[in-house]
Amino acid sequence: MTTPTIRNAFGAWTALWFAAVLGLVPAQAQWQPNRPVEFIIPAGTGGGADLMARTIQGIVTKHSLMKTPMVVINKAGGAGGEGFLDMKSSRNNPHKIVITLSNLFTTPLATGIPFNWKDLTPVAMLALDEFVLWVNAETPYKSAKDYIEAIKKAPPGQFKMGGTGSRQEDQIITVAIEKSTGVKFTYIPFRGGGEVAVQLVGNHVDSTVNNPNEAVAQWRGGKVRPLCVFDGKPLPYNEVIVDKLSWNSIPTCKSQGLNMEYLMLRGIFMAPGATPDQVNFYVDLFKKVRETPEWQKLMQDGAFNQSFMTGAEYVKWVTTEEQRHRDLMAEAGFLAK
Amino acid sequence: MSDESNAAESGPSHRAIEIAVALLALAFGIIVLIGSLQVGIDWGSEGPRPGFFPFYISLFIIVGSIYNLAQATFLGGIKQELFSSWEQLRRVMAVVAPTTVYVALIPFVGIYVSSLLLIGVFMIWLGRYSLLKTAPIAVGVPTVVYIVFERYFQIALPKGPIEYWLGL
Amino acid sequence: MEEIGNLIQGFATVLEPFNIGVMIIGIVLGVIIGVLPGLGGANGVAILLPLTFSMSPTSAIIMLSCIYWGALFGGAITSVLFNIPGEPWSVATTFDGHPMAQQGKAGEALTAAFTSSFVGALFAVIVITLVAPLVARFALKFGAAEKFGVYFLAFCSFVGLSKEPAFKTVVAMMIGFALAAVGLDHMTGQLRLTFGFTELLPGFDFLIAVIGLFGIGEILLTMEEGLRFKGQSANINLRVVLQTWMELPRYWATSIRSCIIGCWMGITPAGATPASFMSYGIAKRMSPRGKNFGKGEIEGVVAPETAAHAAGTSALLPMLSLGVPGSPTAAVLLGGLLIWGLQPGPLLFVEQKEFVWGLIASMYLGNIVGLIIVLTCVPILAAMLRIPFPVIAPIILVLCAIGAYTVHNNPFDVIMMLVFGVLGYVLKKCDYPLAPLVLALVLGDKAEEAFRQALLGSQGSLTVFWSNGLVGSIMLLGLIALFWPTIQNGLARLRPRRAV
Repeated sequence: MTTPTIRNAFGAWTALWFAAVLGLVPAQAQWQPNRPVEFIIPAGTGGGADLMARTIQGIVTKHSLMKTPMVVINKAGGAGGEGFLDMKSSRNNPHKIVITLSNLFTTPLATGIPFNWKDLTPVAMLALDEFVLWVNAETPYKSAKDYIEAIKKAPPGQFKMGGTGSRQEDQIITVAIEKSTGVKFTYIPFRGGGEVAVQLVGNHVDSTVNNPNEAVAQWRGGKVRPLCVFDGKPLPYNEVIVDKLSWNSIPTCKSQGLNMEYLMLRGIFMAPGATPDQVNFYVDLFKKVRETPEWQKLMQDGAFNQSFMTGAEYVKWVTTEEQRHRDLMAEAGFLAK
Repeated sequence: MSDESNAAESGPSHRAIEIAVALLALAFGIIVLIGSLQVGIDWGSEGPRPGFFPFYISLFIIVGSIYNLAQATFLGGIKQELFSSWEQLRRVMAVVAPTTVYVALIPFVGIYVSSLLLIGVFMIWLGRYSLLKTAPIAVGVPTVVYIVFERYFQIALPKGPIEYWLGL
Repeated sequence: MEEIGNLIQGFATVLEPFNIGVMIIGIVLGVIIGVLPGLGGANGVAILLPLTFSMSPTSAIIMLSCIYWGALFGGAITSVLFNIPGEPWSVATTFDGHPMAQQGKAGEALTAAFTSSFVGALFAVIVITLVAPLVARFALKFGAAEKFGVYFLAFCSFVGLSKEPAFKTVVAMMIGFALAAVGLDHMTGQLRLTFGFTELLPGFDFLIAVIGLFGIGEILLTMEEGLRFKGQSANINLRVVLQTWMELPRYWATSIRSCIIGCWMGITPAGATPASFMSYGIAKRMSPRGKNFGKGEIEGVVAPETAAHAAGTSALLPMLSLGVPGSPTAAVLLGGLLIWGLQPGPLLFVEQKEFVWGLIASMYLGNIVGLIIVLTCVPILAAMLRIPFPVIAPIILVLCAIGAYTVHNNPFDVIMMLVFGVLGYVLKKCDYPLAPLVLALVLGDKAEEAFRQALLGSQGSLTVFWSNGLVGSIMLLGLIALFWPTIQNGLARLRPRRAV
C-alpha cells in the first residue's frame, strides 16, 4: 500500500506550508480563512445533509458572510466513512469543515472503520432533524395505537418497514419500536428518503419513519398519513399543511405507547487540531447563517428542531448520543464484529 | 509459436499474455472468494448475507479463468501470433511511464504542476516540438483548467506547495 | 385541452429575454460539463445550485435543467472523438460512434448523436406534457421486484451479443459484478471485499473504470499503432449535418423503439445508463444491419443516444409529480426545488402552474437551442482530430485524471484510472469484451439490492418475481431477449425454405 505514505507526505507538506504561512503572517486577534473553505458532506448529492450544506453555501455567498468562497464536496462512500476519514487525516487544516448526520456514530459502529467523532473538533449543532411514523393514507390506521394493534394480530414479520440505509437511524428506530411494543417488522432498506416515501405511496411497504421534509409532499397530496413524532413534545409549527392539520397536531409517539425518542444531529465539526480562535470564527459564521430568512424558511419547511449548541454543551450532547447509539446498536446486534 | 520470427517482429507471444491474464483473473477470483467467505455467504435474518452474491460470482470467475488458462496452455484455439512487437510495446510504455510518474506526482506537487510537466514532456520528448511551441500549451492548459474548475465551478483540485505559496 | 393552454403560458414565461439568456448560458455550461469526463450532470447542477439563489424559481430551474440538457448532449462528444464517455450514459455511444470517427466519419457520428438525442428528448417532453398524471401512477407500481425485473431485462438484452469467446465474456462480466460489490453492502450496512483498506470504502466507481478502460486504453492502443489518431480526414463543414439528416429517417423503427425504452427507464426510474445499453442491445437484435454493430454503424449511435436522452428527460417526471428522482441529476434538482420553497409531489402541478409549465416549455426550447448550438460546433469538434497526437494525448490524459479525481475528490481514483487503463489495453488485445464488464459494474449492485429487497419483502420466496402481471411480463421479456438468437433460429427453421 503506497497511498497512506503518499497521504502522509501530503499532510506533511501541508503542515510545513501552514507553518510557513503562519510564520510569515503575524498572529491576528481574530482568525479568518484566507483560502476557500471546503465543506465536506458525508452523504450523496440530493439528500437531507446535502440540501442543508448547499443552502448554507448559498446563504454564505448571497449575504457575503465570508471573504473566501465556500466549496461543497460530497464524500459519500462507505455510508459517509470516506468523508469522516478524510476529515480525520486533515489535521491542522482550518479550511475544512464537515456537516454530520447520525452516521457520525452509526458508520464507525456498524463498519468498524478507524474513526470516532472525538477525532474531530466540534463546532456547533445547527439543528436536529425530526422523525415521524408514516402509513399509507388508504390504510385504516388513524393512530399509532391502531397500527401497533394491527401488527400484533398479524404473524410476526408480515408488516414491512421501509427506511434509508441499513444499521442507520431508520433501522435503529424500527428496532426500538419493536423493543418497546413487542411487535416484529420486516425492515427493508432503500437508498434515499424520497425513494422510501414513494415505496410507501405505492403500497410496497406498510410504514416508514421518514424525516418531515422527505414525506411532506406526499402528505399534502393526501397519499400518506403521519401517526406520531419521535420527539419529546409536539412540533412547534402551526402552519396548516392539509385538512386543518399542521406539524403541531401530530401526537408524540410516547403519548401513543411507543417509548422512543430520536432526533438526528445536523452539526458542524472541524478537522483535528483546530485552535479556539478558528472554532470561534465558524461559530460566529453559523450564528449569522441562522439569522437569515433563508435559513428560517429551511427550518420551517423541514419542521426542524431548532436547538443550537456550541462548546462544552455540544460536546456533552454528542457524548451522550454516542453512548446511546452504542447501546441501541449493541442491543440490536448491529455492531461490527 | 510464431512461424515468421524475424528480428523486427519479435515480442511477447499472445499465448504468454493470455496465460498471464487468465492467472491474474484467477487470482482476482480467489481474492473475491476469500473476501466473500469473510463476511458470510449464507442466508441470515436480513436475507442473503453480504458475501452471498460475491461468492457465486467468484466461482464463475475461477471456473472461467481455469478454462481460459487451459485453452491458452494446452487446448489450443489461441491466436498463434505475437501479442505485439517490442517496438509497439516501447511506444505504449512511452505513454504509460510518464503517466505513472504523473499520477504519482499529483499528491505531492498538485495536479497543476504535474499536468504542466506531463504535457511538456510529451510534446518535447514524443512530439519533438520546440520549447517555444510547447511552453504556451503546457502552461495554458493548467491555467484554463484552474479558471474553469476552481474559479468557475468551485471544485477544489489537488494542490501542492507552489499553489500554497502563490496563495491560490 | 387544458395542457396546451398551460403550455402556451409556459412559453410566454420562458421567452422573457432574461430567461432566454439564462437558457443559453445553461446549455453552454452543460455541454462543457458533459464533455469533461467525470464531471457529470449531477455534479454540475449541484455545483451551480447555490448560484441560482437570487433568481426566481422559474429562471433557476430553467438554468439548471438546461445545464442538464447540455450535459446530455455533451456526453456524446468525447465518446465519438476519443472513445472517452463524458457521461455514463454515453458508454454505449462509443461502441459505434468511435469506430465511425476512426473511419473519418466523426461529423456524421456527432450529427447522428445530437439529432437522436433531440428526438429522444422531444418524445419524452411530449409524453410529459400529455400524459404526466397517468405515467406517474405507472411509476408507483414499481417496487423492488419490478425494479429487479428491469435490470434483468437490461442484462438479458445486452449479453450474448459479443463475438468474443463465451468464457471470456463470462469472466469479464463477473469481474464487473465483483468490482461493483466492493465497499459498503447497502442491505446490511457492512463492509465487504475491502480487506481493511480504507481506500476501498467507496468501492469502484463505474466512471473511473470507464475513463480508464475506454479512454486511457484507447490512447494506448493508438500509441501502439503509431503516433496519430485515425480518422483525420473527417469532413469539417456543415454540409455533413444535412447529409446525415437525409440518412437518419431510415432508422425510424430504431428511433421509436429507443424513445419508448428511454421513457420507460426514465420514469420507472432505472435511469439513462441502463436505457442506453438496453436500447443498443435490442437494436442490434432487431435491426437488419445488426451484424455491423460495433464496426461503425450509424444506427448503433442512434439507438443509445435516443434512449439516453429520452430517459434523462422523462426522469424529471417522477421527480415533479411524485418527489422521487429518476436520476442523480434529478435528485439534485429536487433539492433545488426544496431550496426555492417549492414542494415536489402530487400538488406541484396544481399549485405551481407557472413553474411547472415554464419548466416544460423550457424543455422544448432548451433542447432546440441546445441542438442548434451543438450542431454548429460539429465541424470544430471534428477538426479536433486533426490536432497532432503528441499535443492532444497529454491534454486528454490530464482531463481524464481530473475527471477521475472529481468523481469522488479522491486521489486514489486517479491511480485506479491508470490501472484500469493498462487493464483495458491488455484485455482488449486478449479478446475480453469490456462492455459486459462495464454494464455489470454499473448495474450490479443496484440489481443485487433490488433482488434482496424483493426477497426481504416476500420473506424469502422467489415467487415474488412472478407475483403479478407487471413483474411477470418484464421477466418474460428478459428471458425472450436472452434467448432471442435461439428463438430466431427456431422461427427460421419453422418457415418453409425458399431458394435464395
